[in-house]
Amino acid sequence: MKEKDERWAPEQDPFRDEDAQAGSENRRLEKICGKFLQEAGPEADVVISSRVRLARNIRGNLFPPLASNLQRKKILQLFREILQKEAEQFSRFQLLELDSISSVFKQVLVEKHLISPLMARENACSALCLRENETVGIMVNEEDHIRIQCMLPGLQLEQAWQEASLYDDCLENQARYVFHEELGYLTACPTTVGTGLRASVMLHLPALVMTRQINRILSALNQVGLVIQGIYGESTDFTGNLFQVSNQITLGQSEEEIWQNLYGVTRQLINQEKKAREHLLNEGRERLGDRSGRALGVMRYARVLGGQEAMQLLSDVRLGLDLGLVRNISAGTLNKLLVLIQPGCLQYLKDRELSAYEQDLERAAQVQKFLDC
Amino acid sequence: MICEKCGKRSATVHFTKVIHGKKTEWHMCESCAREKGELERPFEGGFPLHQFFSGMMGFMPAGSSDKLLLQAQTGVQCSCCGLTYAQFGQIGRFGCENCYEAFADCLPALFRRLHGSQKHRGKIPLRTETGVKLKRDITLVREELQRKIAEEAFEEAAALRDRIKQLEKEREAGGAAGEGKR
Repeated sequence: MKEKDERWAPEQDPFRDEDAQAGSENRRLEKICGKFLQEAGPEADVVISSRVRLARNIRGNLFPPLASNLQRKKILQLFREILQKEAEQFSRFQLLELDSISSVFKQVLVEKHLISPLMARENACSALCLRENETVGIMVNEEDHIRIQCMLPGLQLEQAWQEASLYDDCLENQARYVFHEELGYLTACPTTVGTGLRASVMLHLPALVMTRQINRILSALNQVGLVIQGIYGESTDFTGNLFQVSNQITLGQSEEEIWQNLYGVTRQLINQEKKAREHLLNEGRERLGDRSGRALGVMRYARVLGGQEAMQLLSDVRLGLDLGLVRNISAGTLNKLLVLIQPGCLQYLKDRELSAYEQDLERAAQVQKFLDC
Repeated sequence: MICEKCGKRSATVHFTKVIHGKKTEWHMCESCAREKGELERPFEGGFPLHQFFSGMMGFMPAGSSDKLLLQAQTGVQCSCCGLTYAQFGQIGRFGCENCYEAFADCLPALFRRLHGSQKHRGKIPLRTETGVKLKRDITLVREELQRKIAEEAFEEAAALRDRIKQLEKEREAGGAAGEGKR
């Protein structure tokens, strides 16, 4: 019993302040997914979000995968000192130590792409330094000592890179990074050495899937040094017609070349997707509208809603919204729903572990409530 | 649909094979498919990156000197963290910055395969690595100088030459200051 209590203990939970405890579940809900991509960015009808991550290590310390807990603790302490010295820059940040966060809340952080699944599993002396509006997060003791991440809505790779680079400079003011004249930033994994930069975009490509062009396009992307994954990284499925495209090469290209390459390819994908949408509209506007309308109807009135099903419904509604076939719902709402329907979030809201079936019930109830607000 | 093999469980794995234009199809439950040996990687989803990477590490063209080198190097150990090259191949992660020196002989080939390059061209930490930045700037200006000379734009070339001198001076001064600090 004690174990269960610990698992769900919200000891250091930024979204569950006294205000929220006293307030309604709605308020808690808003606190969890209120900040997630609330504004639609440029090209929001295809690009959900842009993300840039920089991997850095601090000189003279074993990399986290091999470091002992004591050594990891030292890195966390070093990071705390940096925050104090750069207090002004980090005034709007909060340091969440993963050791003292319930596992379900860690899952919520993964679902919001604020920490990696690896970090949710192995997190001795790990921490997330998160900006108030959740666009910038710094992971401490993930695979590298420091991973700076900036995630913005829509297609904003340049802005995300600049912002991440700014915080990189701040940290570099206080810490000596492991840097090699020939190889650049040295990282724990050889696939990130050099710039340590991973840039990615999350794309919604329903029309390319419906017109069966997606496989051809995905294999072409591999040839230009890009990788396609599901939205939760390595080995996750492509649910809800969502795809994450990121750079594979980190050595031999400058940061600008890396994000510009991804930007150029993303532009092409946007064009292809839009052409495919136009084709579908010409083929049968009513059929598409019917599909989106039905999806919205199911979302409003279903009593049992599976995770995969919900992702597909969201995709159908989003496509209808982008094509002007569905009204009275915003892209921001759909982004929030994308977080809300995930297992961690549902369990967090109910404050207990839910079986798969209970999750489906809760998912339906939450979506309904959310759409009625 | 019922599994074609056991005829009991429902068929969840649907397989189509086309070999030399001849198409065969079968539908089985997961356990029968696994027994048949057809249910391998693609159905299990994740192919961990480090396995892919360690596979790449071992792959060397037959008879190449790289292969001999690899055999010799697998026993090499990093003096700082104790990681051996063989262990590095298994976990796909370096243990510390010194590993990059310890395994230096094997890494160029690996980086060429992973990135198609072995030279960083991106950001340089400005506060601590001013020397590296100046060195890169000098190389770039020198390349520009060669181009101007080839174009016979001697006036511009002279300006670039002066710029190189200035950068070299800065670099020497920076290096001396760096020595002084230590």
